[in-house]
Amino acid sequence: MDLLYDTLFNGLAIGSVLVLAALGLAVVFGLMGVINMAHGELMMLGAYTTFVVQNLFKNGPLQGIFPLYILVAIPLAFLVSGLAGLLLEKTVIRRLYGRPLETLLATWGVSLILQQFVRSVSSAFVIGLLVAVALGLVAPRLLPRPWGQRRWAPVLGVATWVIAGLVGIALASGLGGVRVLDQPWFSARNIDVTAPVWLRGSVDLGAVNMPTARLFIIALTALALVAVHWFLQKSVWGIRIRAVTQNRSMSDCLGIPTETVDALTFLVGSGLAGVAGVAVTLLGSVGPNLGGNYIVDCFMVVVLGGVGKLLGTVVAALGIGVLSYVIGSGSLLLVWPAMPAGLNELITFFATTSMAKVLVFALVVVFLQFRPAGLFPQKGRMVEA
Amino acid sequence: MAKWRTWLPWLLLVAAGLILPAILPPFRLNLLGRFLSLGIVALGIDLIWGFTGMLSLGQGIFFALGGYAVGMHLQLLALPPGELPEFFGLYGVKALPAFWQPFHSPLFTGLCIWVLPALVAGVLGYLVFRNRIKGVYFSILTQAALLVFFNFFNGQQKLINGTNGLKTDTARIFGELVGSDAMQRNLFWLTLVLVVAAWALCRWITRGRFGDALIAIRDDEPRLRFTGYNPTAYKTLVFAIAGAMAGVSGALYTVQSGIVSPQYMAVPFSIEMVIWVAVGGRGTLIGAVLGAVLINYAKSLVSEQLPETWLFIQGGLFLLVVTALPDGLVGWWRQGGPRQIQAMVGWPPLAPTYPGLDLDPAVQAEREALGSIPGGAP
Amino acid sequence: MRKAAFRYVAGATAVAASLSLVACGGGEQASGDFDGEVKVGILHSRSGTMAISENTVAEAELMAIDEINAKGGVLVDGKKLKIVPVEEDGASDWPTFAEKAKKLIDQDQVAVVFGGWTSASRKAMLPVFEAKDHFLFYPIQYEGQECSKNIFYSGAAPNQQAEPAVDWLLQNKGKDFFLVGSDYVYPRTANTIMKEQLKANGGKVVGEDYLPLGNTEVAPIIAKIKQALPKGGVIVNTLNGDSNVAFFKQMKAAGITPANGYSIMSFSIAEEEIAAIGPEYLEGTYAAWNYFQSLDTPASKEFTKNFKAKYGDSRVTSDPAEAAYMMVYLWAAAAEKANSVDDNKVREALIGVSFDAPEGKVTVQPNHHVEKLVLIGEVQKDGMFKILENKGFVKPVAWNQYVPETKGFTCDWTQNRPDAGKFKM
Repeated sequence: MDLLYDTLFNGLAIGSVLVLAALGLAVVFGLMGVINMAHGELMMLGAYTTFVVQNLFKNGPLQGIFPLYILVAIPLAFLVSGLAGLLLEKTVIRRLYGRPLETLLATWGVSLILQQFVRSVSSAFVIGLLVAVALGLVAPRLLPRPWGQRRWAPVLGVATWVIAGLVGIALASGLGGVRVLDQPWFSARNIDVTAPVWLRGSVDLGAVNMPTARLFIIALTALALVAVHWFLQKSVWGIRIRAVTQNRSMSDCLGIPTETVDALTFLVGSGLAGVAGVAVTLLGSVGPNLGGNYIVDCFMVVVLGGVGKLLGTVVAALGIGVLSYVIGSGSLLLVWPAMPAGLNELITFFATTSMAKVLVFALVVVFLQFRPAGLFPQKGRMVEA
Repeated sequence: MAKWRTWLPWLLLVAAGLILPAILPPFRLNLLGRFLSLGIVALGIDLIWGFTGMLSLGQGIFFALGGYAVGMHLQLLALPPGELPEFFGLYGVKALPAFWQPFHSPLFTGLCIWVLPALVAGVLGYLVFRNRIKGVYFSILTQAALLVFFNFFNGQQKLINGTNGLKTDTARIFGELVGSDAMQRNLFWLTLVLVVAAWALCRWITRGRFGDALIAIRDDEPRLRFTGYNPTAYKTLVFAIAGAMAGVSGALYTVQSGIVSPQYMAVPFSIEMVIWVAVGGRGTLIGAVLGAVLINYAKSLVSEQLPETWLFIQGGLFLLVVTALPDGLVGWWRQGGPRQIQAMVGWPPLAPTYPGLDLDPAVQAEREALGSIPGGAP
Repeated sequence: MRKAAFRYVAGATAVAASLSLVACGGGEQASGDFDGEVKVGILHSRSGTMAISENTVAEAELMAIDEINAKGGVLVDGKKLKIVPVEEDGASDWPTFAEKAKKLIDQDQVAVVFGGWTSASRKAMLPVFEAKDHFLFYPIQYEGQECSKNIFYSGAAPNQQAEPAVDWLLQNKGKDFFLVGSDYVYPRTANTIMKEQLKANGGKVVGEDYLPLGNTEVAPIIAKIKQALPKGGVIVNTLNGDSNVAFFKQMKAAGITPANGYSIMSFSIAEEEIAAIGPEYLEGTYAAWNYFQSLDTPASKEFTKNFKAKYGDSRVTSDPAEAAYMMVYLWAAAAEKANSVDDNKVREALIGVSFDAPEGKVTVQPNHHVEKLVLIGEVQKDGMFKILENKGFVKPVAWNQYVPETKGFTCDWTQNRPDAGKFKM
């Protein structure tokens, strides 16, 4: 019996991280059909926000309430990742609606840039970047207006951006000579996010010993689920989002600002990634590669659950969680010690974390053979999925 | 003019094959050979993505399978008979695992390099296509499959030496070390020939009725199905062909790099392959090879000078190609991109007023006939 | 049309040609104080997962080069040679390491290469160095079972780190061992050796598990530890990189801590990693190294002071940085002894060369490893180690004497025999 509770709790613990990480993706992918490969990097931004908040609380007037920094980090991470997502939507994804494969590649490019950004960002870098962007935006307005009508206007446009970029790079490398400005903010190293004391211990609940950090994540996940459910089902904007998902042109005709709806959906999805980023700092390392560890898992959860269904996402994530735990810890051997030798060997073969991952993913792929649209397919008759 | 166009590329190719080995230092030649071999996997991706519209993010599986096949053969070849490859000793393995045995035979290995990836691709493809899984779902599934294979190869130290991979440089083929300069030069020529062969194969496939069916699948699969075709068969076949090409590419890449490792199945590498095709121009065949060579050459140059900036450049390239150059470099060239720029900077190219009329074969024939009459119009 | 096409081709060729000129050229003039220069390669991951660790090692090597140059460079044949580092990026990708090693040897014609971190990257470079008969300095503690003519190992062999640590644990901490490692060659091989050692000395392995590099889901492993060691015991951790953070954070949460009777010994956690994980999580755990920043000798203090002055006050020194720093000096000393920078002569001269390293006086042995100081330490609140035991200098053993397959084998490159790398004693 203990074993059962143990398995359930650990499965829930692994699964809830997956739910939280995949929730934002489920919103963006399910409602907008956009594949956001930079989702993991938005999580990473959330984790780095936690790091910054933690350092603010470590010294100075806020030192007294240091244990509560994580509660402040959650909304801030939502905001930072949400705004980054909004920027991404306005500049890149907007141009690519209806071309999911291109979106996939473009967002992968964004993810590479974000990874390198947190590695090399320094004050000099930021100043150079801001100057370049400002120059690129302002310069065309300063040029004589008729030039905009000439046939070489596009060349001019590209040239201004190239020059702005070069000025930015020159400025950044010039300022890089100053030691204070050249110091990278985070560097390529992993950074240390220390959980407050109350999240480092564990609680005994009957037979099972539960780490408080896991309990916190489970609670956070539940809260996020309730909030998203309420937002989509009850709030005005949620209803608009669902309307646009079901029938974009009809919604447009009825006066729903579809562009705003798209931007808002993306903001919420990205913000949720930021919240997930805060949660994972309690469990693992925080570094530029954080996103890559989660992204494929998240996609598997969303696809397995069925696109556009939050319930599906939850069930799929918890299912994957329990399964990974059962296989990875070899618990079956404890339940049934006298199993035939061949089976025993097979279970031992897969009873490591890495082989468990192989088996779980293989099972998911096999499962999709029988239910190609996932656990909870969307109902309706369509030629195209 | 027309004749000049057909034989010039071949002349250049032969010249490149003869001149480059003479002028490039062995290291650069080796790099070029490796990047050319990557052109083969890119051609396969062009076939399934550019022509059939299926974006596979899992070509690394087939690439690595081909590499492992040749890697295992060369491991065994480098040994005195009866001995085990050295790494087995580290993990306490006493006998050669059964699946290694057939790789003693060069013939089996030669077949395995392309048949095995083709089979795996065929089975995987059939299962996926049968259920009409397509679009981004197909991409995600191939990526998941890639991760399964990666974790498996990465974790199995006792079977396949895990993360370390297999080394090939110390084996001898025909009495010559694989890692030696002379052998690498031969491999460069082999790669060049195989790239051309792969290109010809793809061209032949895409030119005929089969190619029309592929393009129909890309543009409107339901309509093709309603007209009585079975897209599953076409898709499975073309995916298997792309898999075979990836296998050959992986084998060539392995012998020229000196190592095959699970890194070949890393998620980013397979996405990079797609971007080579996107930059070169999808649906253009030659663009795939160009893209593979150019981007990798750029990568190796940039990472020698400023390693930190490569990810920025690569990411920027992804964005640029997807938003501004959807048909890639070759597509842009073919659609008259350079002329547009020329026109923009006020240096317009000469354009025949009625291109249709000027280029009409009948009109040209008439002009020649007129020219041949003494005293006729010039 | 034809003319236009020609112009493009010509333009493109010109650009390509100038690019390759930029890439291939760039030879600088020797500066006034020196009579010439000698190029050395530095090949570490400056990008990717391993950049976290390898940047420090590369920085330590560059610092050593700067110091040697400041003292007048390498004195060879009556000439003062300036050491010019050629840096390359291995990008955390093993085939790239092989490629870049080829480039350094063929293209840049370096006299020696300092590089590598993971065993996989070393194993990928090994055939390149053997095929070209060139040589590599490798600064990291590793799993042994290798003795190449073309590699010098300035990190610890197992008998200079893992074996004394296990002996110490057996004597002081308990007999039940649980082994946790990353899923690649170093942890696998180190654990194979440890299992044999425990079998020979009366210890018991109650479980072992491996995590893929970069994986952070450690809940199943923690469950296994709790099953195997419900009342406390010894955990030997050979995890590498990111996984350590997840491991220690979640171990603490699950109550597997020194306070509850668990002794945790790590082989890949140095001062640098402690700073990244947070000393709160590691306090009271153990590590075995050949150098700690807290080592109280003038040479050690000097090294740390210079490192901080060069790279910032918040930085710490560690065993890998020290090994990397020392190997540059060892090479320079050997070049001066051989009176040449030719790789074969330096290689012969290296054996027997000594250097007053931060850890003490180290000497290169005939098996291309280095005699090193063995220390066992405990992590303190401030992220530094308290040295619990100093086992003195230990001579390196390349082929492990606990593992039956290599028992009785040795390696001695001073002997003139074809199998000098591995022969029966």
